[in-house]
Amino acid sequence: MNTEAIKDLLYRMADDALIIGHRNSEWTGIGPMLEEDLAFSSMSQDKIGHAQALYNILYTSFGEKNPDVLAFQRAEKDFRSCQLVELPIGEYDFSLVRHFLFDHAEALRYSLLEASSFAPIAGLARKVRGEIRYHVMHADTFFKQLSTGSEVAKARMQSALNYALPFALGIFEPSAYEEALIAEGIFAGEARLQELWLQKITPLVAAAGLQMPAMDTAKAVYGGRKGYHSEYLQPLLAEMTEVTSIDPSAEW
Amino acid sequence: MQGTSTITTADIWAALESVKDPEIPVLSVVDMGIVTAVSHQEGSDAATVTMTPTFVGCPAIDMMKKDIYHAVKNLGLASVEVLVDMDTVWSSDRMSADAKARLEKFGIAPPPVADGELTAEMLDRVRCPHCGSTDTTLRSTFGSTLCRAIRFCFSCKQGFEQFKPL
Repeated sequence: MNTEAIKDLLYRMADDALIIGHRNSEWTGIGPMLEEDLAFSSMSQDKIGHAQALYNILYTSFGEKNPDVLAFQRAEKDFRSCQLVELPIGEYDFSLVRHFLFDHAEALRYSLLEASSFAPIAGLARKVRGEIRYHVMHADTFFKQLSTGSEVAKARMQSALNYALPFALGIFEPSAYEEALIAEGIFAGEARLQELWLQKITPLVAAAGLQMPAMDTAKAVYGGRKGYHSEYLQPLLAEMTEVTSIDPSAEW
Repeated sequence: MQGTSTITTADIWAALESVKDPEIPVLSVVDMGIVTAVSHQEGSDAATVTMTPTFVGCPAIDMMKKDIYHAVKNLGLASVEVLVDMDTVWSSDRMSADAKARLEKFGIAPPPVADGELTAEMLDRVRCPHCGSTDTTLRSTFGSTLCRAIRFCFSCKQGFEQFKPL
């Protein structure tokens, strides 16, 4: 098997999960209502757990560094997360739209990976299916509820969608290994995932009464998958690693 | 070279029954379906216990791993290994009927049979563990721990927690 291809895929997924998990945990304590505070906190905990499981596959199957080192002691340029996940939480409309766009892509990615020829990722994909279903259910419920609320709510959701969509398309930035991943039955590829994602979210956006931004003019924000990030990732990493960097060798 | 011991595989399972889920102290790791395998040859003084987390990010996993290790080691075995298996799909259906009854008595509504699916009906008509009424509603699919949801009972006007079907 093409180990470089699998490693690249695992880093993308793990880094996405870690960074979105850290970002959304910023809602803890300040959520717009108690239930939403709990939801974002719980989903963040799930995502960070998924990141840990993915880093652990890198550690055990490919001899990469241990999960704590991978999460807390890498340079910004080594992160393979898309730029969507590093954007600040902003207002609640943006966080909710990002959650909707990201989690549908994540759910579909895992569902494709259930059939992967790389057994550790196929096993994990089956294991997380149930929890991710709760995330998607939450996203769909509130995406629709806010979009069909007042005119102000609808306008805010539409503008959050317009802003987030190019970044969301960056989730599917192709890697150098697309052909290998597909040929070896590891993963169906980013292009296929994007196609499935659009098929999935387009009717949901319409049902919520919003307009899907025109796909021919929406320019995907690429770069994250190659280590080029926005100005927002480094400060996030600095905050996230503040405690570990005091003494990286400390036993917890 | 493995040594010998008079400890049986049944003794190991019995010891595992004493290890409780730290978030639900009325249920053991066996009741929860968290222990997926015990590998031990009768007469041997070495054993391997395999466990799987309920939710992948469950923060109690390391604690349960340590508790399992000590409970089995304390039987007098020379070598005990506890492995965390991320392949076994944990489902709330792995909980026994008896475990679900104890969960309800503890004050947490047990999960309905999920069978790998999650439907709207499943989140409906859940029985209140305080008064037994099914006139209840889902307030939040996320609760105090990863595996719980928050519900409200219209009959006794109290909030309660439900173990999520997964």
